[in-house]
Amino acid sequence: MKQLVIDFQKCDAGRNCNHECEMECAVKVFKVDDPAQAALQIKAYEDGGGKAVLCDQCGDCIVVCPSEALKRNKLGVVMIDKQLCVGCYMCIGFCEKDAFMRNPDWIVPHKCTSCGVCVKVCPHGALSIQDVPEPAVRII
Amino acid sequence: MSQLVFDPSKVMDIDYTKRTEYLDQLEALRAGMRTVKEVPFQPSLPDKGYTNRTLYVNVGSLEVTEKPVTQQMKDVFIGGRGFGLYHLWNAVKPTTRWNDPENEIVISPGPVAGMTQYAGTGKSLVVSLSPQTDIPIDSNVGGFYGPLLKFSGFDALELQGKAEKDIILFIDGVKGLIRVEEVAGGPEDSHVLAELLTHLYAEGEKDLPNVSVVSTGAAAAHSLIGMLNFSFYDRRRKCVRFKQAGRGGIGTVFRDKRIRALVVRGPKVAGDLNHPVDPETIAKTGIKYHKEIRENDGGQCMMRRNGTAHIVEIMDAYDLLPVHNFQYGSHPEVHKIDSSYWQQRCTQHTVDGCWYGCSMACAKGADGLVLKTGPYKGDMVTVDGPEYENAAGLGSNCGVFDPDYLLELNFYCDTYGICTITYGTLTAFVMECYQRGILNKERTGGLEMTWGNAEADLEMMHRMARGEGFGKIAGLGVKKMKEYFIQQGWGDPQLINDIGMENKGLEYSQYMSKESLAQQGGYALTNKGPQHDEAWLIFMDMVNKQIPTFEDKAEALYYFPLFRTWFGLNGFCKLPWNDVVPANNSEQPEAHKVPEHVQNYVDLFSATTGVKIDKEDLIMQSARVYNFQRVFNIRMGKGLRLHDAAPYRSLGPVTKEEYESRAERYDQQIITEMGLDPAGKSTEEKMAMHRKWRTDRFSKLMDSVYTRRGWTLDGVPTLARLQELGLDAFPEVVDVVKQHL
Repeated sequence: MKQLVIDFQKCDAGRNCNHECEMECAVKVFKVDDPAQAALQIKAYEDGGGKAVLCDQCGDCIVVCPSEALKRNKLGVVMIDKQLCVGCYMCIGFCEKDAFMRNPDWIVPHKCTSCGVCVKVCPHGALSIQDVPEPAVRII
Repeated sequence: MSQLVFDPSKVMDIDYTKRTEYLDQLEALRAGMRTVKEVPFQPSLPDKGYTNRTLYVNVGSLEVTEKPVTQQMKDVFIGGRGFGLYHLWNAVKPTTRWNDPENEIVISPGPVAGMTQYAGTGKSLVVSLSPQTDIPIDSNVGGFYGPLLKFSGFDALELQGKAEKDIILFIDGVKGLIRVEEVAGGPEDSHVLAELLTHLYAEGEKDLPNVSVVSTGAAAAHSLIGMLNFSFYDRRRKCVRFKQAGRGGIGTVFRDKRIRALVVRGPKVAGDLNHPVDPETIAKTGIKYHKEIRENDGGQCMMRRNGTAHIVEIMDAYDLLPVHNFQYGSHPEVHKIDSSYWQQRCTQHTVDGCWYGCSMACAKGADGLVLKTGPYKGDMVTVDGPEYENAAGLGSNCGVFDPDYLLELNFYCDTYGICTITYGTLTAFVMECYQRGILNKERTGGLEMTWGNAEADLEMMHRMARGEGFGKIAGLGVKKMKEYFIQQGWGDPQLINDIGMENKGLEYSQYMSKESLAQQGGYALTNKGPQHDEAWLIFMDMVNKQIPTFEDKAEALYYFPLFRTWFGLNGFCKLPWNDVVPANNSEQPEAHKVPEHVQNYVDLFSATTGVKIDKEDLIMQSARVYNFQRVFNIRMGKGLRLHDAAPYRSLGPVTKEEYESRAERYDQQIITEMGLDPAGKSTEEKMAMHRKWRTDRFSKLMDSVYTRRGWTLDGVPTLARLQELGLDAFPEVVDVVKQHL
């Protein structure tokens, strides 16, 4: 399956860039001029490290979705069907990586779909789309 | 007792998509249907949780009317159970009984119902005059009917009158159509009927989840203990499943009105159909709770793995699990039907939950059961549950410890349309009567009703469904069986009355209350009869030990029946309130109230309706309806102190073997609680000492609880209490009370 991967050897958690990845995602994917609505969020720690909040396509959300709105596409990426979503937010509550997100103006939640628009704009070349094995379905 | 750990490798490998299908009967059903009335209406979505109109249908005269929801209805009765009681009060007279045409069945979901962001928000409340108690019964049920009814345009559905032939009432909330159809022939039992009707009324496969059916089964027509199945379509199993409006015989009223089924087809559900005033608060509160379930459920109740059956072993360990008609509180074979078994037997690889967004997901299902008896012998079925009440009532209370038989009993109760709790308790009573010679094989028509004889148990149920012999007698329920056995001269009347576990005509649910004074009151000092909807206090009393003193227990019997009433006004489920709690809950003041969750409910109500309330207002909202219901009982000829009396089995040991099985505990109580000396006393003498102490203590509890509730010592709400609640605005209510002051 296709997974967005961030290399923290290269990413400095936004200290020396303009969070281009977040902005590109917000503008190109979600059509909003607000990086807080991007499907990946780069956080800097005080100790100099950082982390990225993003979906690794683990599929736990598929298991808990009551309306079958979440399914893998042929690339193994977990996609949300807006027509089927009932806005219950169990996908948000059960995501251990806090990668399912919600824009207060929308009912349907959103997340990273490994589309790769962020990869191209990262000034440090820290982002990549990789092909990794699909994990086994868990009982949640 | 150690915390159970879930082991996914032990879950049985059962294909949850496989079961016997009945769709080949669809054409025959369709051929027997004839439209007798069709009325258009304007579908509408709620505004701030209310559609602001209700639907009245008289199934006899075929009158179909819309009624406005007034501001007074919202202010005083809120919705759900409140709307049901309000409509029922206006529909009946003090002389009305359950099978009079003017009796109604009212279904109302409540203003919050249909929210998808918080667990347990899809409930319908069903209210009617009960054939078992002759007073209003209310039942809180999941499934999709209530929310889809509201999203079609109605805050409540009133059903009155009696049809001459079986009818189906179809509400199409997409096309704006109300249709009454006569039906000749075709199935009655829910698992067949609801499957057919769901496919009949859905417009294509994608529409199946937007259809919900209310139905019952063959036994409802031949007994007084009928219940209603509310369906929801399980997308992954690809089958129709049910939650039950179980208690009090509403299914019997339904069939007496010749209603075969109610069907609603609603719009596609989305997260904002209630049009709440503050969706942001709802979203944040819901997500916070979902996270709590994810983080805490595995270490607390494991509701997502076991459903409510998780407490079977806890009740057994604390001597609180009913065994052999509430004689004993534990049994060595309980491990065969405890949650370590059910979490292997129930399907775990799918989504459960009887409404969208229920992360607690207690609606477990056991798939792949091949039936051994009855009209569906050989069919492979999915059984909903078993819930705790079923495992305890159909299982330990009757001495049935074979899980497959327990599932079959559960299945047939469901599809025949009878309450599992009621059936469990009445069968336990029958079995004890059989044990004590009050009944014998001749009197039961050949049924050997010995403890654990599941085949005889099932045969009694099949006879109930056919309206035959002793099955019909059992279907009268414990109260009427007691009267009948005594009338026949079949045993010592006092013994029969002591061991028949009913109050007001309703059977006890499945907790041993002998050592829990709080639960004794929780059962008997109720509006509708003994159940655990109003006051499930046994866990906080006996397991968590959070209400140790007499005063604590009396206070709990004031607060919790009111707090829990509120769920039924709004369309909430009670389980998410305290079956998972915040990790730091025990450090909070009044931990037994789960204060963070109380605040969640306050916030969800305010955010939906725009009516700002606090936790005191919440109790006040409940108190209005709770006291109105008490006055309603009085209006119907019950509702006084004498009607709150408890059978002695619920208070203490009735028989010598019961006493001697726990002699150390009872002897010790003579010393510590009564200040007397048991030495040299016979068991009979010690039992008499207990009986006096226990009945006196219960009587004192009644005094304290009535006083705290603002009632006279005869159990009548005082005029001052009615004024405080604003119920003096209803002259009829005041008139009822005045006759008893």
